[in-house]
Amino acid sequence: MRVAQLLLIVLSGLALAGCPKKPQTIPESQMPEQAGTTDTGGSLDSDVSGSVLSADEAALQEAQRVGTVIYFDYDRAEIKPEFVPIVAAHAKYLNGGANRRVRLEGHSDERGSREYNIGLGERRAQAVRRALMLQGVTEAQITTVSYGEERPAVQGSDESAYSKNRRVELVYAR
Amino acid sequence: MMKALLRTAGCAMLLLVATSVRAQLVIEITRGQEDAVPIAIVPFGWESTEGAPFDIAEVVAADLQRSGRFAPLDRKDMIDRPTRGDQIRFQDWRYLKSDFIAVGRLMPDGPDRYASEFELYNVLTGQRLTGHRLTASTSSLRAMAHRISDIIFEQLTGIRGAFSTRIAFISVEGAPPQQRYKLVVADADGENQQVITSSNEPLMSPAWSPDGQSLAYVSFENKVSAIYVQTLRTGERRRVSARSGINGAPAWSPDGRTLALTLSRKDGDVDIYTLELANQTLTRMSFDPGIDTEPTWSPDGRKIYFMSDRAGGPQIYEIDVDQPNRARRVTFEGGYNARPRLSPDGKRLAVVHLDRGNFRIATVDLATKAVQVLTDGRQDESPSFAPNGATLIYATQDRGRGVLATVSIDGRVRQKLAASSGDVREPVWSPFPPDSRARP
Repeated sequence: MRVAQLLLIVLSGLALAGCPKKPQTIPESQMPEQAGTTDTGGSLDSDVSGSVLSADEAALQEAQRVGTVIYFDYDRAEIKPEFVPIVAAHAKYLNGGANRRVRLEGHSDERGSREYNIGLGERRAQAVRRALMLQGVTEAQITTVSYGEERPAVQGSDESAYSKNRRVELVYAR
Repeated sequence: MMKALLRTAGCAMLLLVATSVRAQLVIEITRGQEDAVPIAIVPFGWESTEGAPFDIAEVVAADLQRSGRFAPLDRKDMIDRPTRGDQIRFQDWRYLKSDFIAVGRLMPDGPDRYASEFELYNVLTGQRLTGHRLTASTSSLRAMAHRISDIIFEQLTGIRGAFSTRIAFISVEGAPPQQRYKLVVADADGENQQVITSSNEPLMSPAWSPDGQSLAYVSFENKVSAIYVQTLRTGERRRVSARSGINGAPAWSPDGRTLALTLSRKDGDVDIYTLELANQTLTRMSFDPGIDTEPTWSPDGRKIYFMSDRAGGPQIYEIDVDQPNRARRVTFEGGYNARPRLSPDGKRLAVVHLDRGNFRIATVDLATKAVQVLTDGRQDESPSFAPNGATLIYATQDRGRGVLATVSIDGRVRQKLAASSGDVREPVWSPFPPDSRARP
C-alpha cells in the first residue's frame, strides 16, 4: 500500500512537471509495464499523456495487489467475507474514472453438466457485478463472461483443484 | 495490399475447410453381451490378379462386433471361403457354431467405381434371408461396408442399423491456460476424422441439424460466447447469436428452422429462448430467476425439455412451445438431473444423474418416471442417442483423460473410444443420412 501510494505521488508529480526523463528513484521492477515514456525525442505532449497513464496504472495495481480472483463454495454464488476487500478495492479503482472498465470472468469446477456450469459461472460473475454496482460502479464499466468449466485455473479432479477453479477473475484490458 | 488480402483468405481457408487428421479414436469393448449371436462374415471375393481395393468383410465384422449383439467368427477359423450362396456347405458352418453367414463379392463397375453383391443365410435352416447389390466410388468403399452392416443388423435384430452415421465431438489438447480446442466429425466407428473448426478459446455444445448437413456450436473465439451454424460440406459459417451474456446450448427444432438456446441477456437471468433462423425472431421460453438451460425438443417439435435449478438442485422440466409460461417438472428421483436428451421414439430421456456421489448417465421413462442408471463412471456427461435409439454415446474419464464411450440402452454393452492424445468430450450422434436405406 505504502509503495503504491508513493509511486502514485511520484508519478503524478512527474505528470505535472512533464519530465521527459525516466525517474531514477524507482527501481525497474516496480515500474508499471505501460509507463511508456522515452527520452529519445518526441513531443512534450506525448510525454505528458504517457505519465498520466502511468498514474492510472498505479491505481489499478493498487487494486490488483488486494486480489484479482474471488473464490466460491460448491454450487454457490455468494461472495464470502474474506473476498469483500477485493470487491471494495476494485470498486474504488473503477470509481476513479468513468472510462475504467473491468471484465468479470466466471468459472466453475468440472463436476456436473457443462452448460449448467456455464450458468453457475454466470451467476458468480453477476454476483460480483452487483457488488461492484452497489459500491457505485456503473453498468457501462462492467462486462461479464462465463466460461463454466471450460477454462480451469488448475487441472485435477480433487477438491483442491475444484476450489481453485470455482472463481471469478477480474480482468482489465491492456 | 494484395498480400494482406491473400493472407486473410488463407486464414479463412484454414479455419473453414475441414481437414483430415491422423489422430485416431481407438475402440475398446469394455463389456459385451454374453449371448451375442455368432455370425460368419466371409471375406468378399475379388476376381482379379491385382489385390482387392478394400476389405469389405473386415469392416462389416468390426461393425457387428462393436454393436455387442454379434460375435463374428475369427477368419483363422474359417475352413472355406464361399462367395455365393450355392457354395455354402452349411454343415461346416454349423460345426463352427455360426448361426448366420454372409457371403459376397466385390467387382469393378466402371471407372473408379465398384459393385458388391452379398447374401445373408441362416446356417441352421439354410434359408436365404436377404441379398443386395450396392455400388460405390473408390473413396466410398468404407461407407458401402457400413451400409452392408446396416442391412445385416436390421435383418437380424429388427432395429435399423446406425453404422452409416457420424459423431461430432470436441477435442482439447494442451494444459491450461494454453489449450487448443477442435470441433471434430468422425464416422461412428471413429474413422475419417475431420476438423470442422479450431480455436485457442473454448468450443462447446455441438448440435447436428436434423438433415445432418450442419452443426451449431458455441465458440468463445471473440472472448465472449457466440453461437455459430456451419455447413459441413462447404465450410460456410454463420454467427446466429452473439448477444450480451451467455449464448449457449443450441438445439435444433425437428424441422430445422428454429434453434432453442440459452441466453442471459443484460440482466444475467439464464433462460431458454427460441430463435427463428430465417428472421432472427427471438421468443422467450422460460421465465424463472433460476438457471434454465440445456433445452432439447420433442420429436414432434411441440415440447421443449430443459434443466432448471428453480427448486434448488438441477431437475428436468417440460414446456409446451405454444404455452411456454407453464413449466412442469419431469424428474423427481435424485438431487441432480441435467442435460436431458429425448430418445428418438420420444419415450424416455437420457440425463446426467447424480448417483451416490457420482455423475452417471441414466434414462428416465417418461410414462412411469422410472430411472435406470446405465454407466458406472465418476464424471459421466453429455449423453446423446444414436438415431436408432439402441445406443447412447457420452463423455467419461479414463485415468484422468476425457474419453468417449457408448452404452446400449439396456446397459449391457459398453465400449470406450479414446483419442490418441488429449481429451475428447461432448459427443453428439448424427441423424441417419438421408439415403441410408438400401433398397433390396
